[in-house]
Amino acid sequence: MNQETEKKIREVFPAYTPMTELPEGLELETAREMYRKMALIREFDLSAKDLWRAGKIRGLCHAYYFAEAIAVGACSALREGDYTTSTHRGHGHALARGADPGRMMAELFGKAEGCNKGKGGSMHIADVDSGMLGATGIVGSGIAPATGAALSAKLQKNGRVSLCFFGDGGSNQGLFYESMNMAAAWKLPVIFLCECNDWAIGTDIRRVTGDPVIAHRALGFGLPGIRIDGFNVFAVYAAVAEAARRARAGEGPTLIEAKYMRMLGHHVGDDQFYRTKEELERISVLYEADPLLRLREFLLNAGLPPQTLDEIDREEKARVAEAVRYASEDCHEPSPEELYTDIFSDIIVE
Amino acid sequence: MSRKTVREALNAALDEEMRRDEHVIVMGCDVGLKGNPFGVTLGLAKKYGLDRVIDTPISEPAFTGMGVGAAATGMRPVVEIMFCDWVTLASDQIINMAAKMRYMFGGKVEMPLVIRVPMGAGGGQAAQHSQSLEAWFNHIPGLKIVAPYYPADCKGLLKAAIRDDNPVLFFENKRCYSVKDEVPDDEDWITPIGKARVVREGSQVTLVTYSSMVKVCLDAAQELADEGISCEVIDLRTLLPLDYETVIASLEKTGRIAVVHEAATRGGMGSDIVAELCERAFDLLDAPPLRVGALNVPLPYNESMEAAVLPDKENVKEAVYRLLSND
Repeated sequence: MNQETEKKIREVFPAYTPMTELPEGLELETAREMYRKMALIREFDLSAKDLWRAGKIRGLCHAYYFAEAIAVGACSALREGDYTTSTHRGHGHALARGADPGRMMAELFGKAEGCNKGKGGSMHIADVDSGMLGATGIVGSGIAPATGAALSAKLQKNGRVSLCFFGDGGSNQGLFYESMNMAAAWKLPVIFLCECNDWAIGTDIRRVTGDPVIAHRALGFGLPGIRIDGFNVFAVYAAVAEAARRARAGEGPTLIEAKYMRMLGHHVGDDQFYRTKEELERISVLYEADPLLRLREFLLNAGLPPQTLDEIDREEKARVAEAVRYASEDCHEPSPEELYTDIFSDIIVE
Repeated sequence: MSRKTVREALNAALDEEMRRDEHVIVMGCDVGLKGNPFGVTLGLAKKYGLDRVIDTPISEPAFTGMGVGAAATGMRPVVEIMFCDWVTLASDQIINMAAKMRYMFGGKVEMPLVIRVPMGAGGGQAAQHSQSLEAWFNHIPGLKIVAPYYPADCKGLLKAAIRDDNPVLFFENKRCYSVKDEVPDDEDWITPIGKARVVREGSQVTLVTYSSMVKVCLDAAQELADEGISCEVIDLRTLLPLDYETVIASLEKTGRIAVVHEAATRGGMGSDIVAELCERAFDLLDAPPLRVGALNVPLPYNESMEAAVLPDKENVKEAVYRLLSND
């Protein structure tokens, strides 16, 4: 990226930090696999967007577009067994934790083979086996369960941490403050990771908050709050790695505000008529800060041949194409009995 | 067997289950050092430590939600909402998370969460400390609801709720904490969720009730017996899933039924039970089924006003006379 472009990006996006070197403890090979995950998420959600527009996917579907560095950077800093909770924009969180794209796509198609058996869909995408405790469609409502998972980890002394994704919209729910307060009081191993994209559906954060820097809110609860460049996967990795270290050492929670920008609509059918032409023009420079392109540029500078990255792009595109084929051709409609299963562990109440 | 109050029976249930399983924790306002306002959790903190008997700040939405997260990750939390009226604050986490997670995540999550909800009026605590809101949750698939009266059932059902892998709302009536009766000492004895009990046999009218109104119905039935009217009294104990088998078996005998509860009549459990019986057992009904509940007004502070709002023995007797009036 040339200096001129960087200057323009900083004007619109002050949280910008350059990707100069690998963060401590991260191998180049891992960074390459992070690129693969980000490419998968990008392709998965662009594909989901098209499928929704083509009427193949029902309900509400929120693309993780341009946020890929946050989920991948954060989840790469976790250990197996750690917990994550998600938001309504959860595809990236599930894929970053290792969910199978085929079963996820089957879920978006509402099929019995879906990761939620077709009962949850996009907004409740879950991969509980990998520790991803599920997406929730009520903004902010995952924050308390994430804190409860941290309480659970502390009491069970299993060394796990709980990573709580939420957005700037969720940060205005009371639940956030109540949870952060208890987490701080009891030094729970939880990481509050705010994906701040400036928009809560159709409302710009600057119109509804006294101080739009979410990280500042940590101050009142006595925990560290930092703001980072959410387009920079290494910045996210480093921040979450440090927060996880603190959490595992019994030093308590951290609030991380990962700034990015919502480039598309709130959900894939939202044409954003409420954002002015000037505003969209202003932020268009951020396409130069595309988290995927930035990591690609870093890897090329670090000596990876372009063919390697092109090959990854092709492979991940093919994985998503196969996921779509699997969901539409191999999977089945849930049986009628499935209506009444999974409500309780033991009884059927009709 | 030993004689225990409801308060002691609930305490024994918590004590036994905390001893039995280290994953059982208790959390809520003042449950630890103070032993909750009613003494239900007294002594537990001393025995099991403040790590497991957790005094929370006054943050019902978050500590209930933390119970959800802890339950999803291997713990068995018993969350206390100090007064039923404030379950409204926690209702998003109960309704949209605890009750739904297993289903919307395709059966992958266990939710062994108990939410204790002390409810009920009668102490002059007015409109925000007296309500009985159990019927709201009857509307929500994914929840189990219990509301026992007898000390033995309070112990047995709380133990069953703690061992259950599903979210259970446990409604206990504040006015009944001192009710005393025989309680089994056997630590493995539980009362199964979903089973009603006939607490007085009779042949002419069925009174279906639960919680504080069990005693009111029994007193009414006794007085009616002196007048030569025979009432059967069913203590539902569990409201969801509701034991219609027992209710309908009784209706087969009597043909006449009233549902009696302390909660407001409109939209109460009685409305749902009567509707269900009309659909399932209309042919058994010899008279229109009745509901006896509180007046549909906020609970007032004034003693005689409060008494006028709550259903009592006389209201139950009037309902029985009405049921028999078309004989």
